[in-house]
Amino acid sequence: MRDLIRAEIEPYVQEVKTDALGNLIALKNPDAPGPRVMLAAHMDEVALMIVGIEGNGFLKFRPIGGVDPRVLVAKSVVVGSKKIPGVIGSKPIHLQKPPERERAFTMQELLIDIGAKNKEEAERLVKLGECAYFTTKYEEFGHGKVKAKALDDRVGCDLAIRLLKEDIALSLIVAFTVQEEVGLRGAGVATYQAKPDIALVLEGTTASDVPGTDEHKHATTVGSGPCITVIDRASIPHPPLVQELFAIAEEEGIKVQVRRNTAGGTDAGQIQLAEEGVKVATIAVPCRYIHSPVSVMSKDDYEGAFKLAKSYLNRLQEREASR
Amino acid sequence: MEIKQVFRTLSESSGVSGYEHDLASTLQENCPWADEIKTDKLGNVIMLKKGQGTGPRPKVMLAGHMDEIGLIITKIEKEGFLRFGTIGGFDQRVLLAQEVVVHGKERLTGIIGAKPPHIQAPGEQGQAVKMDDLFIDIGFDSQEQAAKYVRVGDIATMKRDVLDLQGSIMAGKSFDDRAGVAAIFECFKVLEQVSHKADVYGVATVQEEVGLRGAITSTYGIVPDIGIAIDVGFGDSPGLPESDTIKLSQGPGVAIGPHVHPKVHARMVETAKEWNISYSSDPSPSPGGTDAYAIQVARAGVATILLSIPLRYMHTPIETIDYEDVKRTGRLMAMFIAGLDNEFVEGLTCF
Repeated sequence: MRDLIRAEIEPYVQEVKTDALGNLIALKNPDAPGPRVMLAAHMDEVALMIVGIEGNGFLKFRPIGGVDPRVLVAKSVVVGSKKIPGVIGSKPIHLQKPPERERAFTMQELLIDIGAKNKEEAERLVKLGECAYFTTKYEEFGHGKVKAKALDDRVGCDLAIRLLKEDIALSLIVAFTVQEEVGLRGAGVATYQAKPDIALVLEGTTASDVPGTDEHKHATTVGSGPCITVIDRASIPHPPLVQELFAIAEEEGIKVQVRRNTAGGTDAGQIQLAEEGVKVATIAVPCRYIHSPVSVMSKDDYEGAFKLAKSYLNRLQEREASR
Repeated sequence: MEIKQVFRTLSESSGVSGYEHDLASTLQENCPWADEIKTDKLGNVIMLKKGQGTGPRPKVMLAGHMDEIGLIITKIEKEGFLRFGTIGGFDQRVLLAQEVVVHGKERLTGIIGAKPPHIQAPGEQGQAVKMDDLFIDIGFDSQEQAAKYVRVGDIATMKRDVLDLQGSIMAGKSFDDRAGVAAIFECFKVLEQVSHKADVYGVATVQEEVGLRGAITSTYGIVPDIGIAIDVGFGDSPGLPESDTIKLSQGPGVAIGPHVHPKVHARMVETAKEWNISYSSDPSPSPGGTDAYAIQVARAGVATILLSIPLRYMHTPIETIDYEDVKRTGRLMAMFIAGLDNEFVEGLTCF
């Protein structure tokens, strides 16, 4: 992931570095006067770590990040550095008693089958501690929708890459962070080094706009534009910055929505606390079924998020120029 | 095309019970061994490979069902999500977060969703998401949009490309029972190399998953002396008792039980031993779930046997087999057929 992004952004920045945790930090116009603006998006995704190899060659795993075991049943994965394909199987319906079907499988019951004949063969292919990833392919479908794995937060990474490629004169720091899913670990470290004045976190956030969920619990709605966070579990984004984003959206005619949920946290939580504090805001693209093998977003929401972030940067730049 | 490749194509094609027509052309185009191919009124594809010599020839029917379990759309919600029911037996627990193809006016990509875990009541995560609470998200924003492409009653299938695991192990959807259909092709291919008196009717049957229906009509039309149903059997996997399963990579399970003619069974086992083809003994005390049953009770009764290709995770989109077992099954049937004569067939009614 890191190498992919590095190759993509190198021509557009003056400096790219990595740190002790593995954050990828790019600097554009580092010597420009005025505020230092950071864009942050996390590179990591939820995955399954191999923690055991059974006598018969099946792999035991535990989640890294929040994964509901119910979404894993009967899915395919790719395991480890050798990219070994595998499947997560379940007991055939014919051999179940009806009450069994009412109970969810637990993480402990599920195993990855790579088709190895025995433990020895499996050990040659997979090492303990390696990770298994979902295999879903990117595809556009329906009315302007995209389905893919790990939209949380590859959509943020993509927005950050696109913004880096724009003609921007501000001093811009783009942090592609690590370990967000296990506790926002990369972001604080990256911010400490980058010393920004303002940070925009670019995220893919949960959308619960599906049947069976009351409207007031939707949190965000796919297709209603990018979300601006006013509060989550980890941060209260800087209110004037939030108000400015709403004002820009209105003036530019960008449809936006408020993220209507106080749960969940983003890198903003750590960024705001770096050194003597940083003004943060989060712009998020609503995604259904995050942390599952396949998530869904709207291309319009994604474009809206890009326009909003770009407009903000443009205005900040104009303001600085007129000083 | 290599038979394994045909199998791959069949697996990735769609053919829910009653909607198998798209598979027929793949079969017809890839069966160079047949002297005649026809499709009957229910859609069974019947491929005849004639035996050598004149005079009355024994008739053997090989049946593998080509239908798969699937979903049927029952409602379009006002936000454009689709509700569905099932055709055939699905464990509701395997459906969440699966990708599907909805066969509406065009093929539409869909995702099976449910309300997200973080807004579920505590304890709800320990329970399976009920079929009634699942829906298909086809990416449309309203009933009006969706209704332009989908109607209630349209079919949906799992969307899954075949995966090659280690060695000759493969995973995918609808291996139950397109692996059986592939075994018929493997049998035909071997029969090209050996002489056989019997006329062999390879039948890709329809509607097995909803009641063995294709086997009923095709057997009536063919009037075979011997019927061999090739289906899939529960492969060894963690959590299943050994006595309920047959091992992958060790050849087909050769069934013994009320639906198996003792003499056909004895000859099948002899054949396996003679030609050194590995197999597992598969005692099945309560038969009924396969085409073997429909063949057995057709007309005045048919001597039948069931061969089961070991398969893990039955009725999920990642059914897993060893393709070598498909080849072994094909070869075993071919050598069995090569050894048949009228005398053996006449003996089948003498108990």
